[in-house]
Amino acid sequence: MPVTQRLRNGAWRVVELITTPVVPTDYLDVIAPLRNPNVLRARIEAVRPETANSVTLELRPGRGWRPHQPGQYVRLGVDVDGVRLWRAYSVSSAAGHPSGRISVTVNVVRDGVVSAYLHKNARRGMIVHLDLPAGDFVLPRQRPAKSLFVTAGSGITPVMGILRSAVDELSDAVVVHCARTPEDVVFGADLRELAALGKITLIERHTGVDGRLKPADLDELVPDLFERETWACGPGELLDAMTDHWSEAGAGERLHIERFRPTVLIAGEGGTVTFERSGATVEAPAGVSILDAGEAAGQLMPSGCRMGICHSCVLPLREGIVRDMRDGTVTTAVEGDNILVQTCISAAAGPCHLDA
Amino acid sequence: MTTLQRQENNPIAHLSAEDIEAIGRELDAIRDEVLAVRGERDAAYIRKVIKVQRSLEIGSRAVLLFSLFPPAWLIGTAGLSVAKILENMEIGHNILHAQYDFMRDPKIHSTTWEWDHATPADQWKHSHNEVHHKYTNVVGKDNDLGYGIMRVDENQRWHPFFLAQPLWNFINACFFEYGIAAYDLELGRNLGSKKRRNNPEFRANVRAVGRKIRRQMLKDYILHPALSGPSFLHTIAANFTANLIRNLWSHSVIMCGHFPNGVSTFERTSIKGETRGEWYLRQMLGSANISGGRLLHIMTGNLSHQIEHHLFPDLPSSRYAEVAVKVRALFEKYDLPYVTGPMPKQVASAWWKVIRLSFPNRKPMLAADHSIPPRRPAAEPATV
Repeated sequence: MPVTQRLRNGAWRVVELITTPVVPTDYLDVIAPLRNPNVLRARIEAVRPETANSVTLELRPGRGWRPHQPGQYVRLGVDVDGVRLWRAYSVSSAAGHPSGRISVTVNVVRDGVVSAYLHKNARRGMIVHLDLPAGDFVLPRQRPAKSLFVTAGSGITPVMGILRSAVDELSDAVVVHCARTPEDVVFGADLRELAALGKITLIERHTGVDGRLKPADLDELVPDLFERETWACGPGELLDAMTDHWSEAGAGERLHIERFRPTVLIAGEGGTVTFERSGATVEAPAGVSILDAGEAAGQLMPSGCRMGICHSCVLPLREGIVRDMRDGTVTTAVEGDNILVQTCISAAAGPCHLDA
Repeated sequence: MTTLQRQENNPIAHLSAEDIEAIGRELDAIRDEVLAVRGERDAAYIRKVIKVQRSLEIGSRAVLLFSLFPPAWLIGTAGLSVAKILENMEIGHNILHAQYDFMRDPKIHSTTWEWDHATPADQWKHSHNEVHHKYTNVVGKDNDLGYGIMRVDENQRWHPFFLAQPLWNFINACFFEYGIAAYDLELGRNLGSKKRRNNPEFRANVRAVGRKIRRQMLKDYILHPALSGPSFLHTIAANFTANLIRNLWSHSVIMCGHFPNGVSTFERTSIKGETRGEWYLRQMLGSANISGGRLLHIMTGNLSHQIEHHLFPDLPSSRYAEVAVKVRALFEKYDLPYVTGPMPKQVASAWWKVIRLSFPNRKPMLAADHSIPPRRPAAEPATV
């Protein structure tokens, strides 16, 4: 209906002009935060504890959501003490829930600000921010005849999403899961039920007794190891060891891995600053602002007061770690964060990638 | 700060260079204390002010659809005036200062915020955050000293043009947002020569201001009145009045910030090689507060705490009241004049200065005060 569409567009344009300098959805946000098509949010519909250290959040995404594929993750933006922090969580629910709901399972990680906050404070009705689902830790359209899932700790969450969606399409699925004790197994009951129904072969490994899983152990546990299309998710050391093991066997392309906390950033002194758009890199020592270091290397950068008060010099820190030279505050960013930092009073405290 | 204002009593004559750096360290410590607790309370505060402001604005505009009826006109105009004041002062000014950037909420961020004002946020941030806040009260550097149309300091040279400055000031007060837009464009300077007039950056800025004013005008003087139907003219009058009240109010608040009696100004040469302590000291002596209750602080956008704002321009306004207690104690400790007073007194003081300085100085200017030993005597001799 082009005429009504035109009328609606025209009416919307008038509303936009009335609400200038802000946009109409800014007013709408006050009453209906999920209706904003430009800012993706979700309401927490239910909070379910899984183990002593993990909790499942059932989320209803608002306008602009695109359904996930099992195995993908979403980034959640949570206001912790007034500051919006983003973390990636695997979707643990099956795809295609009729009301569009999804679940994520949050494990409390050591020093984890967001996971601890959600574990303690997540309540029904709370609004969180959301990114579209992403990640290629998914099953191929052509389901493999033989599959293997190797997970440790919270690494089970994306695999749970896959199993809940597609277990009936996997004729021969083996799940090797590691947790410290039987009680620590996230989704323990669900996994054991699937095993009891004969839908998966479940091998639980309790590292408190059996010790950490090594790829060589897998040779014994799963004799036809390299014939299986394999998905693995867990701590970096396990994934690294598995990658080596599979490539030594010449089966590298059969292994699909998903890394959770990719890198832990530790504040050091100075670092290499990369300006991603121009391609320039510069060694910025501690005590020299990124602005000064960049300009000395010929990088064109916005600048203002050069003393930290006007915020004209801010640039997005895509990845890396910087230190405020006035008060020592450390700011870190990982892929996707794009945290704006004041380059005139920030020094590199490790490798930094700036969007400039 | 080796040469200070030509003042009969140099307010920092008793301070040594070490004292000045000690003041700087104490202020840094006050700042760190705020950073340690800044968080949810401040985020909740600004979100609440925004919510109240938006509700008030939309409610008032709805009431004004029936502005034909005098009570509706009065209530709507009063509500819209308050909403516009809140939007400019406590919300716009402070968000554009990056006071709430710590929240990392792209909706409440200095890089994305736009305000109900003739000047686009970008241009204002440059002239205000970058120039005024860095060069506060430095004659010839800080154009806020008289906005280029007034003489508000004995050190500014007199010209017959200034005889009418009480009138200029009044006109500026009524149309303050346009005055600010012209000021951000540096119209006086940029229209002065053909080269400057044709500078593409200047022309782009002029176009941006034009677009901004057009949208603002369209909203207040065409669309909203048109929606009011038979109340068309009454709504125009209401919106004009609300803008006028907002302009007069913000002009008064801002006059109180740097013009009242007792505030110091500084010479260009005095900021050469300025240390952090000296910069802080200049902010302390170059600003004036307004005393009053919580409502006054909110309606002035906490610019009633101008001294604290100038010391810590990017700390959340919600913290200035508690910071003020510590800052004031520091002033007392170092025996420095903390200029403050009730609004009527401060406004009168600022206006009296505008009137007084419309005439040439009565007595010749005092020689610069050299009573502070120059900080770097060999490298940079104090010059007048």
